[in-house]
Amino acid sequence: MIEGIFVDGLIFSIMVMGVLISYRIMDLADLTCDGTFALGAAVAAVSLKSGMGITVSLLFAFAAGTIGGVVTALIHCRLKVPGLLAGILTMTMLYSVNLRILGGANLPLLNVEKFYTKIPKLLSFLPSEWASLVGTILVALLVKVLFDLFFRMDLGLSIGAMGGNEQVVISQGMNPETLKIIGLGLSNGLIGLSGGLLAQYQGFADANLGTGMAVQGLAAIMIGEFLFSSNKIYLITLRAICGAIIYKALMFFGRKYGYLIGITPNDFKLLTGVLVILSLMIAKARGKASDAGAKKKAIDKAAHQHAEAATGDDNA
Amino acid sequence: MLKIDHVTKVFYPGTVNEKLAIDDVSLHIRKGEVVCVIGSNGSGKSTLFNLVSGTYPVTSGKIILDGKDVTSSPEYKRAFIIGRIFQDPTKGTAANMSVEDNMITASRKGMRGLKISLNDKKREEFRELLKPIGLENRLKDNVGLLSGGQRQALTLLMTVLSNPKMILLDEHTAALDPGNAATVMALTQKYISQYKLTAVMVTHNMQFAIEYGNRLIMMDEGQIILDVSGEDKQKLTVEKLVEVFKKIKNKEFASDRGLLAI
Ligand SMILES: Nc1ncnc2c1ncn2[C@@H]1O[C@H](COP(=O)(O)OP(=O)(O)OP(=O)(O)O)[C@@H](O)[C@H]1O
Ligand SMILES: [Mg+2]
Repeated sequence: MIEGIFVDGLIFSIMVMGVLISYRIMDLADLTCDGTFALGAAVAAVSLKSGMGITVSLLFAFAAGTIGGVVTALIHCRLKVPGLLAGILTMTMLYSVNLRILGGANLPLLNVEKFYTKIPKLLSFLPSEWASLVGTILVALLVKVLFDLFFRMDLGLSIGAMGGNEQVVISQGMNPETLKIIGLGLSNGLIGLSGGLLAQYQGFADANLGTGMAVQGLAAIMIGEFLFSSNKIYLITLRAICGAIIYKALMFFGRKYGYLIGITPNDFKLLTGVLVILSLMIAKARGKASDAGAKKKAIDKAAHQHAEAATGDDNA
Repeated sequence: MLKIDHVTKVFYPGTVNEKLAIDDVSLHIRKGEVVCVIGSNGSGKSTLFNLVSGTYPVTSGKIILDGKDVTSSPEYKRAFIIGRIFQDPTKGTAANMSVEDNMITASRKGMRGLKISLNDKKREEFRELLKPIGLENRLKDNVGLLSGGQRQALTLLMTVLSNPKMILLDEHTAALDPGNAATVMALTQKYISQYKLTAVMVTHNMQFAIEYGNRLIMMDEGQIILDVSGEDKQKLTVEKLVEVFKKIKNKEFASDRGLLAI
């Protein structure tokens, strides 16, 4: 049971890292993820069905997600459409694409070898749920390490700089469109990969798998940001992963014990939204407080420097 | 270095808001020149910079940068030659990133790859460069935590770091308190002479414009109404400038000959 929450949370955390790229690093609210998550699931499922193997299925899920992100970036940049609208366009179109790929609303993965049947065999000394957990940890860790590495590279830093201030990258002679294409591509690649893994975990792909993903991802990011604050990328991803797991745990306990207070899974979307709104309100209050704090610190520091400069003049 | 050839800019052409912001301006700035630009609010100084940098397209005319016609090339391509500093100190840096990340991003021009350029050697270099502006111990701090003056000083440093051939400064000390403004201005002058930059600087301080640089341009209603350099510039005083400006405004002296014979 507890392993299940972690597996679920870690699969979800890969998608949350994708949302982290668009929402936090690029400062661009991208709704493509609802479509690319299901796209990843669909592509992985179909690949497995046609016997392409687990690794290939996951790579295809990543690649398909990437294409989805690139389409959004192109609509956004070339047609000068706001990012939000570009994402909604792609997401909507992907719904039909996903139904085509799946050949129906859903595709069960019975009797095919998938990640979560293969791993327990490889790690047969462990109970199968724990083996699944180990496998998921490894995948999530790999993604996290590559993610952190990428955002310390010059290209990754430039994408971050663009999110903070587009003029900075323009002034350095970089085409912001190229950076957006790369950023949204990677973001949705991870989201697709996450979808591909989830399909293998739950044993089916579904065209509705991605509904509400954007908001759930935001909720996870915001939960993570309550844990600690940092500007170091490896801590930012770490807290996003923690946020993802906590979110899934909340949902799990909501499903299990929610009936005691009359909550059903149908209420989860509302509750997730409320959670995001609450987080935003708390973050705003906190931001005000820390702004005031930072200002005071800066003033103190300046005063201190003035004093130092003054004594320095005396000595001279 | 920079040739502006009969450039005109009309905002919202054909609408009720139509506005002629730059009116058939031609200007040639040579390598190594340091030009101060003055002019009243709305006279088109910032718009001229935006046209040179490629933020907006020109309505007509040509812009030649470093011998190449860049009239239709995008802003990011022109940025290989131009470094630009804005009045707003938040425009030149990314607040969400640390000082060192900002500096590594600014350390060269052009698209980046999968290399990690930020290492301890670079950090040491940055620390040295940051000493004159007192930020040597703030490498890991987010730029958003710096004061306006510190940010503008950092922007200046970042701008010269990537070796632009020419810098455009648009009232870049106007948003700072007098102390910080003086520091940033001193730093600006130091960098301009140290890196032998061609520079064009918009300022509202006439006295400063007269004293600094080797050329002075006055703009009004989208036109260059005064362009003096060399000895003529040295003979200028604020009173004379004001007088010239008034004369031109009153159209008493319409001919170019009159303008130049101050
Ligand atoms: N993006 C724009 N859209 C429409 N009109 C504009 C735009 N930018 C500038 N203008 C107009 O062009 C004219 C020149 O403006 P500009 O900002 O270049 O003046 P300036 O000389 O920089 O003034 P200031 O000293 O106040 O900075 C003004 O009338 C302004 O309203
Ligand atoms: Mg201006």
